[in-house]
Amino acid sequence: MEEKITTRRKVLIGMTSAVGAVGASLAVVPFIASWNPSAKAKAVGGPVKVDVSKMQVGQKIQVAWRKQPVFVIRHSKEALAGLSKVESKLDDPSSLKIDEPYRDVNPTRSTSNEYTVIAGVCTHLGCAPKYYPEMESQPWDESWVGGFFCPCHGSMFDIVGRVFKGVPAPTNLKVPPHYFDGSILIIGEERGTA
Amino acid sequence: MTQKSSGFFNWINSRLPIVNTYERHLSKHPVPKKVNFWYMFGALASVVLIIQIVSGIWLMFGYENTEEGAFASIEYIMRDIEYGWVIRYMHTTGASMFFAVVYLHMFRGLLYGSYHKPRELVWVFGMTIYLVMMAEGFLGYVLPYGQMSYWGAQVIISLFGAIPFIGESLEIWVRGDYYISGATISRFFALHVVALPLILIALVFMHLVALHEVGAGNPEGVDIEKHLDEDGVPLDSIPFFPYKVLNALVAIGIFGIVFSIIMFFFPEGGGYMLELANFEEANPLVTPEHIAPVWYYSPYYAMLRAVPDKLGGLVVMGAAIAILFVVPWLDRSKAASIRYKGILSKIAMTIFIISWLMLAWLGTVPVTALRTTLSIIGTIIYFAFFLLMPIYTSIEKTKPVPERL
Repeated sequence: MEEKITTRRKVLIGMTSAVGAVGASLAVVPFIASWNPSAKAKAVGGPVKVDVSKMQVGQKIQVAWRKQPVFVIRHSKEALAGLSKVESKLDDPSSLKIDEPYRDVNPTRSTSNEYTVIAGVCTHLGCAPKYYPEMESQPWDESWVGGFFCPCHGSMFDIVGRVFKGVPAPTNLKVPPHYFDGSILIIGEERGTA
Repeated sequence: MTQKSSGFFNWINSRLPIVNTYERHLSKHPVPKKVNFWYMFGALASVVLIIQIVSGIWLMFGYENTEEGAFASIEYIMRDIEYGWVIRYMHTTGASMFFAVVYLHMFRGLLYGSYHKPRELVWVFGMTIYLVMMAEGFLGYVLPYGQMSYWGAQVIISLFGAIPFIGESLEIWVRGDYYISGATISRFFALHVVALPLILIALVFMHLVALHEVGAGNPEGVDIEKHLDEDGVPLDSIPFFPYKVLNALVAIGIFGIVFSIIMFFFPEGGGYMLELANFEEANPLVTPEHIAPVWYYSPYYAMLRAVPDKLGGLVVMGAAIAILFVVPWLDRSKAASIRYKGILSKIAMTIFIISWLMLAWLGTVPVTALRTTLSIIGTIIYFAFFLLMPIYTSIEKTKPVPERL
């Protein structure tokens, strides 16, 4: 009799604990989920348009897309010709480690053969890298060949945003979806999806 | 005492243990009769905690936790609210002073082996407090939404992105958006003013309960529990109240003077306590020329920068904090206090202090090749100090620890 009661108690304790544990873990769901981006946050972020025809050769401009900087650089022919020379310094010259949208289309990594369009967000910890196009000795690199330097933690990228070896940033700068309509650059949208 | 009390006091005391608590934790709580100034920083930390809670509540009266309003509301507190500038500078100075006294308090622990048996849990609770403080300080720094708030948050939140597989979704979850926005500010605000302070107060309570259970240590590392009088009170002890309390009041007075001088005359602390870039509103498109954390995070920031790998940097920084938790089990020395430890411990401690201070400096200055090398050396020394501790504390010859204080 005594033993029967003990077993009965054990079963009841086990069952109530199991139900309680399931209930408690389900109760956590709304608290966790409420931290996700809200419907309002998901809705914003339409494409931006910019006229790039007035850019000087070698110039870099900055465009805000989804409140984040996007760099547009108009390269000279010489600069583009020099791209293959720096490849020995690069960690991933063909952008194999990331989901590259326009792979093998142009050396600029964009849909244009003259302009580079890259997210100005360092793939290390999110700072906006600075553009130092001149080939001259810099405090962080004596044999600087021109490109982007992140002031936060010293990551280096070439002029089309490909990451150097031995820096904290793990991957190349991302290329956002974009297309050119004549001299108008549309960032945040693929051609024909609008 | 209870018999002599009035009826009203008796009525309360038989329902609420006033006399018992007073005797147990104040008038009859034994503390070592001989300690030095290093033993004052715990009391000072609790004073700063109170300053932070009070000034924080007052700041909330004027602060607006929105993307559009945050920065302007700080200006409103500074310029339009009467004495708002005092309240705000009290809170910002308090943050730095909190870390200053806690670092000195922790250093006292390392110096005199305050974590030695039976005070391991006191140390672990203390380290947890330090960890929560770091989070609390970071969240608070984001709230004014200046340039450093924004970019500091950008960097720290991006650290989550270094975690394999879940990193990127975790980042979005923490921000509550695809970039830092109003959602981020309002949740940081709630965590900063409610969630973490509650946890902090609970931890401080546990830290003190555990401390009162085992009793305070002393700079000699003498176990005063070995020699008791006929009532079981340690012979080398004095009651906490009034002796230690009055003693602490002197320290609090001196601390108040230092605090006020900083608050009134150097609230920016030369850019190390309030960074100049933070007097500019957050601009998601422009990173300031030079991003540096406030001084109390800088040694760990230097370690993060020393590692040329995203995940590696995060792991090293986390390990640097985590290793502090296990110090009670790394120190194998028979002597608790540095006074009776051997030469190896003394050398290790000296090198450790120098390298920690060097890392603190490196974390605040821009990167160069030489400084990166120095950061790597400093990081190695930091870890060597702790990881080699079981070896050098057990092979060295210690001096005999005296029986009495």
